[in-house]
Amino acid sequence: MSHESLAIALFLLFVGLTLFLTVRASRQTKDATDFYAGGRSFSAVQNGLAIGGDYMSAASFLGIAGIIALSGYDGFLYSIGFLVAWLVALLLVAELMRNSGKFTMADVLAFRMSPRPVRTAAGISTITVSIFYLLAQMVGAGALVALLFGLTSEAAKAFTIVGVGILMIVYVVVGGMKGTTWVQIVKAVLLMGGATLITLLVLGKYGFNLSSLLSEAANQSGKGDAFLEPGLKYGTEAQGLAGKLDLISLGLALVLGTAGLPHILIRFYTVPTARDARKSVLWGIGIIGVFYLITLVLGFGAAALVGSGTIRESNAAGNTAAPLLAEKVGSLIFGDVGGTVLLAFIAAVAFATILAVVAGLTLASSSSVAHDLYAHVIRKGDVTEQEEVRVAKISAFVIGAVAIVLGIFAQKLNVAFLVALAFAVAASGNLPAILYSLFWKRFNTAGAVASIYGGLGSAVLLVIFSPVVSGKGVGPDGKSLSLFPASVDFQWFPLENPGLVSIPLGFLFGYLGTVLSKEYRADKYTEMEVRSLTGVGAEEATSH
Amino acid sequence: MSTSQEEQEGIAVYEEIRARPEFSELRRRFRAFVFPVTAAFLVWYLLYVVLSGWARDFMGQQVIGSINVALIFGLLQFVSTFAIAYWYSRYAGAKLDPLAQNLREEARR
Repeated sequence: MSHESLAIALFLLFVGLTLFLTVRASRQTKDATDFYAGGRSFSAVQNGLAIGGDYMSAASFLGIAGIIALSGYDGFLYSIGFLVAWLVALLLVAELMRNSGKFTMADVLAFRMSPRPVRTAAGISTITVSIFYLLAQMVGAGALVALLFGLTSEAAKAFTIVGVGILMIVYVVVGGMKGTTWVQIVKAVLLMGGATLITLLVLGKYGFNLSSLLSEAANQSGKGDAFLEPGLKYGTEAQGLAGKLDLISLGLALVLGTAGLPHILIRFYTVPTARDARKSVLWGIGIIGVFYLITLVLGFGAAALVGSGTIRESNAAGNTAAPLLAEKVGSLIFGDVGGTVLLAFIAAVAFATILAVVAGLTLASSSSVAHDLYAHVIRKGDVTEQEEVRVAKISAFVIGAVAIVLGIFAQKLNVAFLVALAFAVAASGNLPAILYSLFWKRFNTAGAVASIYGGLGSAVLLVIFSPVVSGKGVGPDGKSLSLFPASVDFQWFPLENPGLVSIPLGFLFGYLGTVLSKEYRADKYTEMEVRSLTGVGAEEATSH
Repeated sequence: MSTSQEEQEGIAVYEEIRARPEFSELRRRFRAFVFPVTAAFLVWYLLYVVLSGWARDFMGQQVIGSINVALIFGLLQFVSTFAIAYWYSRYAGAKLDPLAQNLREEARR
């Protein structure tokens, strides 16, 4: 049996299991709280696993292992930012959000503001962030099928994207939050299991001596000790000051973006109490932390055992490092059959990873369309639960279709920057509004609207005029390194990551909008403060 | 209008809780933990990123075999993240949850 057919069989097994769980979840999904928040009845451990499944995207699994395999230490910088970010969510956001919100991020932002302008802004921001992230995952799915199965034709990629899109729509429309959560739990278990197994096999090859694994990786990379130090990819000496500032900018967006990602924030609503939200983030931190430590071994292991040359030949960005390592270490220890089985397993896990993340993104954005834009902005709150959920399901169809079409069109474009951009927008637009809402008494409608549009707008505008969109020149393969062809150049902003400028701007816009407006509602802040800290009046779990 | 009357009563409940000394204590304990700790881990993280950009000779120094300062510094970020998460959960369980629960029970009366 070839690794392709085995991988497809394993993947179909995953699809079958998750569809079964989704249909089962649909029978228990009766009202809006079930659809949007899984009835708030998941346990802290379940939600912790789902947080891991929602957060650990193919970009972090395949991407970071690939960066470490090719550029060494610098991939680790990504992992650390992605992990430390969870402390912001744990200390400042998760519990307060669970106590004061209901279904979406905008519930917290609009709590003491004029609902229509704030929900409009929050809805636009939620959809923008989710679509950026979704698009990166969809294009990644197309690339993955080419990498793992050698199917490089446009038709094969398009077919994959359509398949992924249809599955994510089914998970969300049929299963709602309950279905999506189960997909994420199953994926988290598979991903942790598969990655841990390969890590143990790799470490075993080196007698569980990390130092000898590292020196072998450094030797094989051809870059010597520099491979184990920062500076081969981000902020290289050749890029000068701009490169180093870019490193800081990326670091800021990663560490501050997580607590502003709508698809992460809605996970806090799926547990009965704020205490469970805290515990689930604790579980999430444990799982995600161990996962990024594992990624370090996978990356250096791939450099040591597979070799940078072979990895680069397979994929210039290194995205196949983890699957290639699985095959190599499997065949070294168990023979050719072992290599085939492990490669197939990791390939199937990679697809499961993408599915779980895109389902979470589709749910977050369709919830916001239905609950924020339709129910509160268009219908001004005069809408039944059934109608709202129906609109959410229709929105999931539309967003899924848009993601499929954009994903197919974007196949040939270099969209790797979209994940970092989603984090930058979340950190610049959403996080300032959330933190001001929760902690600043004076904050008001104008401030919330200004920080969301100001942060979102400045992050997107700065990226449009950055080297990732135009003016970066051509790579060794003759292709443009920017989104646009090399002949187009309207770049003037020197950094690839806007966070260093746009995050302070988001906070500044929020401050200025607030102090320039006279609106001030002390009574609603009292309610929010009491509710967020004590849980008095917080939404309760449904008991059916 | 009955809705606005309900709203008024709702607000009165929150005003009443907010006026209690236990609430002030809860808020003080919460903020006294999360603000300084957030500032500390952000500075600690930014120090790591800045050193990765500007102090590469220091980060490249080997400590044990091939394990250098950069790797140890990075792993310490994991250790500090796990430790702060654990520390906060202990603190919240002992110092915050009992106060919040009392206030919730009093509000129900």
